[in-house]
Amino acid sequence: MLIIDKDLCIGCGLCEASCAFAAIEVVDGCAVVGDACTLCGACVESCEVEALRIEGGEKTQVVDLNAWSGVWVYAEYRHNELAQVALELLGAGRKLADARGVSLTAVLIGSETGETAQKLIAHGADRVLRIDSPELLHFSDEAYGGVLTQLIQEQKPEIVLAGATAMGRSFIPAVANVLGAGLTADCTELDIREEDGALLQTRPAFGGNIMATIVCPYSRPQMATVRPKVMRELEFDATRSGEAVDCTVQPELLKSRVRVLESVVADQDDVNIQEADILVAGGRGLDSEKGFALIRELAGALNGSVAATRAAVDAGWIKYPHQVGQTGKTVAPKLYVACGVSGAIQHVAGMQSAETIVAINRDKDAPIFEVADFALVGDLYEIVPKLIRAVEEQRSS
Amino acid sequence: MKIIVCVKQVPDAKDVRLDPKTNTLAREGVQSIMNPYDQHALEEAVRLKDELGAEVTVLTMGPPQAEDVLRQSIACGADHGVLVSDRAFAGADTWATSYTLAQAIDFLGGADLVLCGKQAIDGDTAQVGPGLAMRLDMPFITCIQKVREADASGLVAERMMDDGYDVVAVDYPVLLTVVKDLNTPRVPSLKGKMRAKKAQFQVLSAADIGADPSLIGLAGSPTQVVRVFPPKPRGERTVLTGDMDEQVSELARRLNAYLQ
Ligand SMILES: Cc1cc2nc3c(=O)[nH]c(=O)nc-3n(C[C@H](O)[C@H](O)[C@H](O)COP(=O)(O)OP(=O)(O)OC[C@H]3O[C@@H](n4cnc5c(N)ncnc54)[C@H](O)[C@@H]3O)c2cc1C
Ligand SMILES: Nc1ncnc2c1ncn2[C@@H]1O[C@H](COP(=O)(O)O)[C@@H](O)[C@H]1O
Repeated sequence: MLIIDKDLCIGCGLCEASCAFAAIEVVDGCAVVGDACTLCGACVESCEVEALRIEGGEKTQVVDLNAWSGVWVYAEYRHNELAQVALELLGAGRKLADARGVSLTAVLIGSETGETAQKLIAHGADRVLRIDSPELLHFSDEAYGGVLTQLIQEQKPEIVLAGATAMGRSFIPAVANVLGAGLTADCTELDIREEDGALLQTRPAFGGNIMATIVCPYSRPQMATVRPKVMRELEFDATRSGEAVDCTVQPELLKSRVRVLESVVADQDDVNIQEADILVAGGRGLDSEKGFALIRELAGALNGSVAATRAAVDAGWIKYPHQVGQTGKTVAPKLYVACGVSGAIQHVAGMQSAETIVAINRDKDAPIFEVADFALVGDLYEIVPKLIRAVEEQRSS
Repeated sequence: MKIIVCVKQVPDAKDVRLDPKTNTLAREGVQSIMNPYDQHALEEAVRLKDELGAEVTVLTMGPPQAEDVLRQSIACGADHGVLVSDRAFAGADTWATSYTLAQAIDFLGGADLVLCGKQAIDGDTAQVGPGLAMRLDMPFITCIQKVREADASGLVAERMMDDGYDVVAVDYPVLLTVVKDLNTPRVPSLKGKMRAKKAQFQVLSAADIGADPSLIGLAGSPTQVVRVFPPKPRGERTVLTGDMDEQVSELARRLNAYLQ
């Protein structure tokens, strides 16, 4: 509950302005809290006279925090391939493990994983827990979740990280729920708090307009999904040593009430736009489906993939998996080239953490230019072909 | 068949923005809307009702004004609306929300099919659906992009994956979370709007649903927000000069690092 000390409150309105939920109002010189309060704490921080505090969140310690030790990374493996984000997680996990003075473990679940465990070790894992079984060929929330839950219960790691991918964002919440563990979604920064070694998990909220740092003080493990492309992987180093441990699990654990009939890999190999370093996005400014031929050409020249706005998807010019934004995917590529994209907030929400943004738009006042690092004002049908040539020249020079 | 759709009222994104200079919120009367993904969940429920015959209940946990999204759901074809509302729920993270919604669904006698949006656009967590399924001991499938076939005992659907999609089959009860591609939500009919105007909603408190006070709201939430701050502002924009040919070649030079 948010407590407002009437004697201390000076009615300055800072808290009212800091509230993302419009839940505080200054009435007769004193702040009053309404029903929309989510206890996020933004107001408590904003108050300069310390008139606000949150009470009632204290828990009686339920788990023995010291019984939990080690950092784990879930290494996503699908269709005979290790997800790139797994290596990024090992990079992040290595730092956390070193800061805590504990070991780093990768959990590899799948079928016919071959040399993957060795690769994980070369990228920073001290140990790989491998559960390799034909029954794990297809992803299943129940089987993958059941296996991971059991391993966590048996071995008690203090931190568990997974990629914020379609798979990670599906079964990890179920695992956290069963364990009664806190889970922070889609983190972009991870750190260890010095005083108590707690995991500081920072993530964007409200489409990236607000950042929030979250901790799980009373539960273990501390769990987070991490946005692809944000953390840095360690270089492959074949001299790194580690052990691969094959784990066995009860056969019942591998059963699932959901049956996978077929697993279809998209014919266009570039639908996984969240893993692309370079994206070229097309919007309604393309004027027709044909415009995407030009976008693909530029993407080809840049070795990138193709993204789109909702307007382009809704027009049927390109499929939904390419949509970036609030009701599509959130991407953080190194380079994002937006062509004929107005830059509506719902679109920008999904791409504003790109490292470099180039915008091509004939309207010099288009909102996309507010987030762009480089602005080209003009007709995309004139500019894009020029850009393709310039890129090719630059590359050959 | 009983279908429960979980809908959430969220602030409209275009109103929410933290001013990087003052670290305060720039907002002009934040409008509330029904979470966009939940509109697709509701639409699918109403379609299945039309096809197979079903009773569609929409469920929301939130402050009293969240009733608006229930009313909107009735206008779009839902049969009943239930508001789970109590001061004690404030500060709930996804774990506590999953618990609370599960208690409410049990109180309502369960369901054959529970539909959720993939994620709520305020928090973008996508965690409540799977968490709720675990609490209800139901199988779940996330990111449904297409329901291929459905009958009284189960369904076959496509779930969106990063590299394509999986075709999956399941018997009821099941919980699904849905993405935008699934359908196009209908606009309310005149009859629907009339019904919505008159609709009465069941309001449930923490005590009504038998919720354990230590598992709801802030106290029941394993995660705690310790800091809220504006994102790092983006760097200064580089203005390119000269005619378009010059601008484009300059740009290509500047992008050199990405071309290797
Ligand atoms: C709840 C909700 C969720 C949403 N989710 C998303 C989402 O996830 N992703 C998303 O993208 N949108 C989303 N939207 C829609 C969003 O508000 C915008 O409508 C959409 O992003 C606009 O797409 P656009 O930029 O392609 O089209 P427009 O806004 O029509 O912009 C086209 C731009 O192209 C420029 N242009 C036209 N012709 C040329 C030319 N020849 N050369 C150069 N420039 C040209 C124009 O100046 C204009 O700026 C959502 C909306 C709502 C309400
Ligand atoms: N307070 C709530 N009331 C009803 N449904 C909710 C609530 N919070 C989340 N949901 C459902 O869970 C989905 C995912 O939400 P989230 O995990 O918060 O991103 C939403 O699309 C809703 O269907």
